[in-house]
Amino acid sequence: MTHIEKKTHSAIGIEVIGMTMRFGSFTALNQVSLKIPPGHFHALLGENGAGKSTLVKCMMGFYQATEGEIIVNGRQAEILAPQDAHALGLGMVYQHFTLAPSLTAAENLLVSRRDASTVIHWSQEKQKLTDFLGTMPFTVPLERKVYALSAGEKQKLEILKQLYLGCHFLILDEPTSVLTLSEADEVLGLIRQLCQAGQITALMISHKFREVTTYADEVTILRKGERVGQGQTSQLSVAEMATMMVGKPVTQNIYERQPHTPVPVLSLENICCEDRSGLKSIEIDSLNVCAGEIVGVAGVSGNGQVELMEVLTGQRSLQAGGIYVQGEPFRATREEAFKHNVRFLPEEPLHNACVSGMSVKENIALRDFDRDPQQKRLFWLKKRLMRSRSAQLVTDFNVKTTSLDTPIESLSGGNIQRAVLARELTGKVDLLIISNPCFGLDFSAVADIRDRIMQARNAGAAVLLISEDLDEIMELSDRVLVMSEGQITYESPIEQTTLEQIGQHMAGHRTTAWIN
Amino acid sequence: MTTDIGLWGVPLAIIGGAIRVSTPFLFVSLGECLTERSGRINLGLEGTLVFGAMSGYATAYLTGSPWLGVLAAAICGFGFGLVHGWICALPRVNDIAVGIALMLFGMGLAFFFGKPFIQPVAPDLPTINLGAWSDIPQIQAALKINVLFIIGIVLAVTMAWMFRNTQLGLTIRVVGDSDAAARAMGLKTNRIRFLSTACGGALAGIGGAYLSLYYPGSWNEGLSSGQGLMAVALVIFARWNPLNCFWAALLFGGAGALGPALQSIGITQGYYLFYAAPYVLTLALLIATSSPSKALTGAPGALSITR
Repeated sequence: MTHIEKKTHSAIGIEVIGMTMRFGSFTALNQVSLKIPPGHFHALLGENGAGKSTLVKCMMGFYQATEGEIIVNGRQAEILAPQDAHALGLGMVYQHFTLAPSLTAAENLLVSRRDASTVIHWSQEKQKLTDFLGTMPFTVPLERKVYALSAGEKQKLEILKQLYLGCHFLILDEPTSVLTLSEADEVLGLIRQLCQAGQITALMISHKFREVTTYADEVTILRKGERVGQGQTSQLSVAEMATMMVGKPVTQNIYERQPHTPVPVLSLENICCEDRSGLKSIEIDSLNVCAGEIVGVAGVSGNGQVELMEVLTGQRSLQAGGIYVQGEPFRATREEAFKHNVRFLPEEPLHNACVSGMSVKENIALRDFDRDPQQKRLFWLKKRLMRSRSAQLVTDFNVKTTSLDTPIESLSGGNIQRAVLARELTGKVDLLIISNPCFGLDFSAVADIRDRIMQARNAGAAVLLISEDLDEIMELSDRVLVMSEGQITYESPIEQTTLEQIGQHMAGHRTTAWIN
Repeated sequence: MTTDIGLWGVPLAIIGGAIRVSTPFLFVSLGECLTERSGRINLGLEGTLVFGAMSGYATAYLTGSPWLGVLAAAICGFGFGLVHGWICALPRVNDIAVGIALMLFGMGLAFFFGKPFIQPVAPDLPTINLGAWSDIPQIQAALKINVLFIIGIVLAVTMAWMFRNTQLGLTIRVVGDSDAAARAMGLKTNRIRFLSTACGGALAGIGGAYLSLYYPGSWNEGLSSGQGLMAVALVIFARWNPLNCFWAALLFGGAGALGPALQSIGITQGYYLFYAAPYVLTLALLIATSSPSKALTGAPGALSITR
């Protein structure tokens, strides 16, 4: 364990040769090789289960590869544990934040350095941190507690942390999955800048073609543990990459849209409520959603979308104004939801729409377990009916589960969302309220879920889609709204707007100069 | 010789009482604060406190040194903390259930071993007379301060400083705040929680020794009146900050001294009601500081009640 190599201040080049990883009889990774020269930004594309995580975990020493070797800066390296990887200057930024929320940014940076002195001399350390940040192209507020930072700032802090620890090869595991479009652009732009300056080399796991084509130099595509493609991003089209990733040609689904009737189903009038911090308020003068129409609400995260969803689901009380569904006041009680056929698809379905320890069958029955098919109240549960109904829905919605009695938490994200969709989209749906339905899901699940939403629309449901994924909004909506600082600042039919116009309104008062 | 100072006797008696009664609250709440900051709740501190009181008293009686009694109480408390920490490190164990079990276990064990020590008299802990400048006996009585109270203050300040200014303090906070962050740093969460719980237990044991060796100053089975449990509420009220723990302990101590203070000037009506003041205060503070819409600010994120 020599620490001589660690103290380089420039990017590290890495080569992986013939990496194979077997878990018992299952081969998660088969003879994968890739070469990343210093200062390059390399992307690793693949669907869930393609072996991307296994590959980087082998590189970071979490797993011991069955075969294959890693060459760091031209020398063969033996990485037996994550500590060895760190000593070589390899660092990883995880998909979910690994910062302690109630510590300040400075405290988080300092505590991550395991060799720091027992007693911390804050004035000296702050000076050092400020000096360090001075050499970086971006900064974060050091004195602020991490829970008060935006998702983008947290991700920047994660990257700074790795650089602060002396890592010059960064592995980023879907670094933008919790970021909004503009935050993602900023963070990836900065990583690219650091790469070009020769400070780091980056390997990014991603699902998103847009990010790969815009920011990465080269790309490696994995499918079922095998390398199925590799090359310069400038010489590969999105269609080519998608084909390699999924194995069959993916045609961009152009939905058939039924014309809608201009009958408002959901209307919000002059509503006002507190935001999460209790310091600002959410004010929406008027919002209408008509039958057979999808209204997309775009916005940078933290501009009131969460609060709007909470108001609509009855989790946040209103200070003023009213919500009306089909002309009647709506307080999101279960009775009212039944009466008006209102359905909800909250974000993070495992936490917000499921009881994680209960079985798939029970979760599918959650909405109407106490009603018979004629909507009469039941006293005793009809277990047999519950089973047959959920078995039918599991087949119809293509939920992949080992059995109906499996706890829903052991399903993959895509299948949990499918199960929730199965529950919410059966029967007559008049109003569907959705928040970030495809967060962190893989390619085929996303297509599936968007398809279902479109079907509900065409069957006459009014759909309110709150999403931070602009592509999703552009793909699905009939009408787009933009939320900024708790208000609706822009509204347009989808045919009459562009991504740029929406982006500008999302940015609000904020300057967008730093993107370049 | 007594000087009649009239109604002034009440606030004076409350201040004196606050100082006297608060010390066990202070030690137990500092112990609980340390444990909770590392991400565990130890409800067993009531049992630890009672066992500490018994073992401290017994050791002081047998050796003749109250300080050896304090040391013995701390060691016993450390042992109880180790047991709690060890059981909680096993998979699928709930720290609250373990805490309640250990509370009952500690009390039962203390009563069992403590039977022979109810009669004998053990030496008291020394005090410092800060009131010697005054010739009013009430002031002298109020300002008779036990050494453990001063150690407690020093400890609160040190702990607050440690959480902010040492690698160890930051590490404990990270472990208590986010499992994911701690694991990513390669910290051994279970070991840090194990040791924090053990040290927290030692502090609770010292709190118990104060009860039996200074105020009330004898060992019997009704010695503790729930200080160990109230300390948990106190830590929440103090927002997991050791310095706030000190002020909160004083407040609780003052509330506990309200009954005797009023009695001393001859108010005997509603006597039992005044004795209930600390419990009422616990309830009132928890209601007043709660919020239906916001999560507790400052709560360690990995605590089972906030998770």
